[in-house]
Amino acid sequence: MTDIYLDNNATTKVDHAVVDVMIPYFLEQYGNPSSIHKFADGVARGIKRARQQVQELIGAEHDSEIIFTSCGTESNSTAILSAIKAQPNKKEIITTTVEHPAILSLCDALEKDGYTIHRMPVDKAGRLNVESYKKLLSDQVAIVSVMWANNETGTIFPVQELAQLAHDAGVMFHTDAVQAVGKIPMMLQDTKIDMLSLSGHKLHAPKGIGVLYLRRGTRYRPLLRGGHQERGRRAGTENTASIVGLGKACELALAHIEYENTQVKAMRDRLERGITEQIPHCFVTGDLYNRLPNTTDIAFEYIEGEAILMLLNKAGIAASSGSACTSGSLEPSHVMRAMDIPYTAAHGTIRFSFSRYNSMHEVDEVLKVMPGVVATLRKLSPYWEGDGPVANPEQAFKPTYA
Amino acid sequence: MWDYSDKVKEHFFNPKNAGAVPDANAIGEVGSISCGDALRLTLKVDDDSEVILDAGFQTFGCGSAIASSSVLTEIIKGMTIDDALKVTNQDIADQLEGLPPEKMHCSVMGREALQAAIANYRGEEWADDHEEGALICKCFAIDAVMIEEMVWANKLRTVEDVTNFTKAGGGCASCHEDIEAILEKVLAEKGETFDPEAPAVTKKPAIAEVKGPLTNLQRIKKIEEVLESLRPALMADGGDVELVEVMGNTAYVNMTGACNGCQMAAMTIAGIQQRLMEVMGEFIKVVPASEMKKLVNIEVA
Ligand SMILES: Cc1ncc(COP(=O)(O)O)c(C=O)c1O
Ligand code: FES
Repeated sequence: MTDIYLDNNATTKVDHAVVDVMIPYFLEQYGNPSSIHKFADGVARGIKRARQQVQELIGAEHDSEIIFTSCGTESNSTAILSAIKAQPNKKEIITTTVEHPAILSLCDALEKDGYTIHRMPVDKAGRLNVESYKKLLSDQVAIVSVMWANNETGTIFPVQELAQLAHDAGVMFHTDAVQAVGKIPMMLQDTKIDMLSLSGHKLHAPKGIGVLYLRRGTRYRPLLRGGHQERGRRAGTENTASIVGLGKACELALAHIEYENTQVKAMRDRLERGITEQIPHCFVTGDLYNRLPNTTDIAFEYIEGEAILMLLNKAGIAASSGSACTSGSLEPSHVMRAMDIPYTAAHGTIRFSFSRYNSMHEVDEVLKVMPGVVATLRKLSPYWEGDGPVANPEQAFKPTYA
Repeated sequence: MWDYSDKVKEHFFNPKNAGAVPDANAIGEVGSISCGDALRLTLKVDDDSEVILDAGFQTFGCGSAIASSSVLTEIIKGMTIDDALKVTNQDIADQLEGLPPEKMHCSVMGREALQAAIANYRGEEWADDHEEGALICKCFAIDAVMIEEMVWANKLRTVEDVTNFTKAGGGCASCHEDIEAILEKVLAEKGETFDPEAPAVTKKPAIAEVKGPLTNLQRIKKIEEVLESLRPALMADGGDVELVEVMGNTAYVNMTGACNGCQMAAMTIAGIQQRLMEVMGEFIKVVPASEMKKLVNIEVA
């Protein structure tokens, strides 16, 4: 059996067609786009086309609203740092407790510099409270940054509504859409979103290429100053091959967006149903009715995620976990804690994330393996006895020290 | 994923002695479900000889927690409980051919469960004496709680102080920002402010830096002197270092005790080398004595 890759929210395989369009930019059209000779004369055109392909996927009004960056993280940092630099009198930032570290760590650092960070909590299903959001908006807020879709659970936030509310209050709005772009349709020109981050490697383009969408007219300060590349908004010689590759990947994503939301979703749903029906004491986390079509995050009680991944890996199946142990920290993921998932389950969460390269056959293979994996580990667990958890696990297992 | 040794994988995929020993007379339980790590060790101890006849484990935890539990039961079966008490977490890690620094706490948990089980057998109370925080320094596997305690107890004020007391920060230096954050926090609690420019309150043992070229004898003496000054820190970890031979500017050393074979040994050697070069003002290469022969052969060839 060939290996099964269900870790597409971590990163994706580069599409063959993407690799094909990139190769000439390494071997033939390798000139600097700023140069005037035949090694470069097709490059500017290639980049322009890529910009339009990105524009089309996200529904931007102008192609000049697309700024190529080195990754999603750079786009996020650029957006937030630009907003506070352009509005030096505004000292507050609104975000959520479940953002990617690319936002949270930056906000932690800004907090030390004296900024007030409002980290909005989520409920047990990972949802935001829009009413309390409204109360936070004020003329003191430099920027709101709320992710479009969560990388762990796939939960989608109502960013269009939140952006409208921010706009009405005169506050800039950024969204980290790294997980959402290419998986769900979007039309930015119909929204009040001012800035949006995306990352190539989540949609079958290479790693190390990203985009910051910057709505025309949004006040902006570059992160990297230098040459005139990207109209002076992001200096540094263009990563031409990757830009062209990202363009192609966006074109393919747009062509497959229906497939993603029907066929890919069907695979996800079948896996999710199969697992929760066959295996006792497990449940799906996040907002089940507002989720990316490709993601399911399942918590298996009384066992630990890394151990599950190691057994899955041995069976040729790749997934990932919000478990503490995979990151080397002692706490389960901040997303699980934010949703108040009980500790009995938070350490045993496994995320399966699909792409258009997966098949129903693979889903069936995983369904064959999964019950055995869980049973093996539960047999080792002091919280499990026979067919079920020991009665009152926290009581039954009570170490001699507290 | 982690770069686990084959031994860890072997014990994880085919754990030995999984499950509870049915007629156990010693039970040790450590950890809790909220920390993501819990281990129950059950032993059958022969009352006359105090030999551990059988051992079983039940573990909730990651791959290395399960492997550590499994290897622990293998190590202690057939030992007297007195000998078993001498098993250190480093022994567990060594049997597993090393654990990543982030995972050393799994071997610590194994040792604690063993202590708890033996205390239970003897009818004693067993108290856990160690609290664990987020891992700060990956080079030396030092966590936040350890650094905080040291800062409090020894009135440390700078990153250099922390390095002198805990080794944290003495390797690649990438954890210095986190160490500064801890200093900032603890000093604030004490009503002081952290000054990154402040001179260190602790001094490295004063050793006169040498000027000018050294004779070989001077060089050996100086190396001995530096090793002597580093010895307390190593011994605090249950290790030691011994100078075996000096050839040109290469010093061959033996790492003993807890440092021997531990994956931190390479890091410790790098630290010793750094210190030697600072003091001697010349390039010194520190090499484990075990590699001596090999290297000499290459030189001859
Ligand atoms: C939601 C989210 N934001 C940002 C990133 C970071 O993107 P990149 O790896 O391109 O910096 C990721 C990817 O891990 C992500 O999932
Ligand atoms: S991580 Fe602390 S010195 Fe390398």
